[in-house]
Amino acid sequence: MTQALAQLQQRFDPSRHGALVALAVILLFNLAVTPNFLQAQTLFVNISQVATIAIVAMGMTLVIATGGIDLSVGAIMALAGALAPLIFLSDFATANPALGLLAAIVVPILVALCCGVFNGVLVTYLNVQPIVATLIFFISGRGLAQVLTNGNLQTFSNPSFSYLGTGKVLGLPFQGWLVLVIALVLFWVVTRSVFGRQLLAVGGNERAARLAGIPVNRVKIGAYVICAGLSGLAGLIVVAINSASDAARIGTLMELDAIAAAVVGGTLLQGGRAPIFGAILGAVIIQLVKYTLLANGIADEVALIAKAGIIIAAVYLQQARKE
Amino acid sequence: MADTNTFDLRRYLKGGGHSFGVWAALVIVVLFGLMRYDNFGGAYNISSFLNYNAMFIVISVGMCFVILTGGIDLSVGSVAAFTSVVAAYLSPYGIQVALPGAVLAGLAIGGLNAFFVVAMRIPPFIATLATMLGAKGGALVISGAQTIAIDWESNFTKLGMEKAFGLLPWTIVITAVVVVALWIVLEFTSLGRTVLAVGGGEDATMMMGLGVARAKVFVYLLSGGCGGLAGVFLASGFGAGQPLEGVGWELSAIASVVVGGTLLTGGMGSVAATVAGALLLGLVFNILNFENGRGVISLSAYWQMVIRGGFLFAVILLQSQLTTRTRRAAE
Repeated sequence: MTQALAQLQQRFDPSRHGALVALAVILLFNLAVTPNFLQAQTLFVNISQVATIAIVAMGMTLVIATGGIDLSVGAIMALAGALAPLIFLSDFATANPALGLLAAIVVPILVALCCGVFNGVLVTYLNVQPIVATLIFFISGRGLAQVLTNGNLQTFSNPSFSYLGTGKVLGLPFQGWLVLVIALVLFWVVTRSVFGRQLLAVGGNERAARLAGIPVNRVKIGAYVICAGLSGLAGLIVVAINSASDAARIGTLMELDAIAAAVVGGTLLQGGRAPIFGAILGAVIIQLVKYTLLANGIADEVALIAKAGIIIAAVYLQQARKE
Repeated sequence: MADTNTFDLRRYLKGGGHSFGVWAALVIVVLFGLMRYDNFGGAYNISSFLNYNAMFIVISVGMCFVILTGGIDLSVGSVAAFTSVVAAYLSPYGIQVALPGAVLAGLAIGGLNAFFVVAMRIPPFIATLATMLGAKGGALVISGAQTIAIDWESNFTKLGMEKAFGLLPWTIVITAVVVVALWIVLEFTSLGRTVLAVGGGEDATMMMGLGVARAKVFVYLLSGGCGGLAGVFLASGFGAGQPLEGVGWELSAIASVVVGGTLLTGGMGSVAATVAGALLLGLVFNILNFENGRGVISLSAYWQMVIRGGFLFAVILLQSQLTTRTRRAAE
């Protein structure tokens, strides 16, 4: 009986529940107030914009699940986003378009993964606090991207690369499907794979996990690597959407959006939980709030204040449940 | 961390073995600059360097206090942006109104942080993240996303341009006073010792009957106030309230604190070493300018960020070596 009750309580977890209620409220509000909300165009715009937040937020969720945090996601997006056009606009790529395109997608993501390894090694083997460790790339990653491009805006027209951001599958934006695929894979990883169970164990109680023989360092590095790789992918998508790459602007403040989405989605900052679909829900809520305010002629800056309110409310609910 | 009241310079400079590196590095960088560039030690360079870096020093010292309690304040950059706009709006009434007004605005946001952290028990990282967004939004709303020019007729302009006692700009004098005052607070008052104790172990401090909540409220108020002062400097330095400035300042401030050898877990660190850390990070840029001026190399401003990141990395490596060694020694 108590077990059933506990299960029921778990299912109606207020943080998760609260997020769903919030989503419903926003949707109802939009249906009532926002002109032309129920149109395909609205759906397209929101899906294509929410995709990058959702992708990074899922990576962030894994990192936070280990009890860490990754501030470098925006900078890594910029690095990957600056590299891609450099590669497919090079002489080599113009000679071999197919190979060049492949390199323009694979190399930036590999570079991003390397950044993740760097973050992870600092956090684990050198015992640096996650905020500080990822601060290094937060500061220097964007600088590196600007050094590479000399601070120039790179514009291009490359339909096959732009497919990442503007393509449509079954009438819906390509990156929306990408989010779905990544989410299904990560959901399987978190709930079914050994790595996933170890990840949650590390976040729940690192000491206990270590004593139980879990390779804590390897698991943590894995989380940072996945997060960095997803950030790299998000950087490519942003560049593809705009058909232009500006290292100074790709992914700015993304770390905040991603952390907010993860927290709104029910990730505990202390670690030990990784609700992948919660992260997507959080990303959707943040995107919809932004869209709602914008569509009703309220300035962007007010959206910032609204976002601040959402974050405080979400964490306060988490906190209240714990006590 | 229950220190005695006697002051031991040697122990202080060593700062538990963590802040020695920053002093050594600062001396080396300054000597390098003095030997390599003619005007490096000139009055103009020193004055303009300090004038520009005053706002970073002020927020770094405020951040140091927050980090000493084991917290963090991500809102300082936005607070500076917000209060620079407040200062610009108040500038027609003169510096005697604009400066306290902007600092009060900063204190108000600091108070909000304190409320979230102490009363609502929201983790500092998240609470100050929210006020960071909120203050940024607030700055854009009250300014209409425009820079707000200061009143050139008022005495507000004296802050950055007129020299106090014919020596140094007022900005630098005020910064020095604030730094010394906070150094005294941390080292010699019971409030300062409580701040250190909270970072060393919150539960133990509470059981000793020390005012944990009071210390925490104090550090967030202080950091907000420091952000407000930085906003005044920002407005006077640029001649306008800058609602879009302050992005990434919190991270520069954290970097200064960390470079200064303060542990992010709290409980150990110093005001002086934090100032040294801020100066060191600022000097990287100063030296880069001189090096570009010589025309031997031509590094774009973008390199500044890369070099700063590399610098932070080097310091972190050094610190982690030191902490593992002291930990091993303790075991």
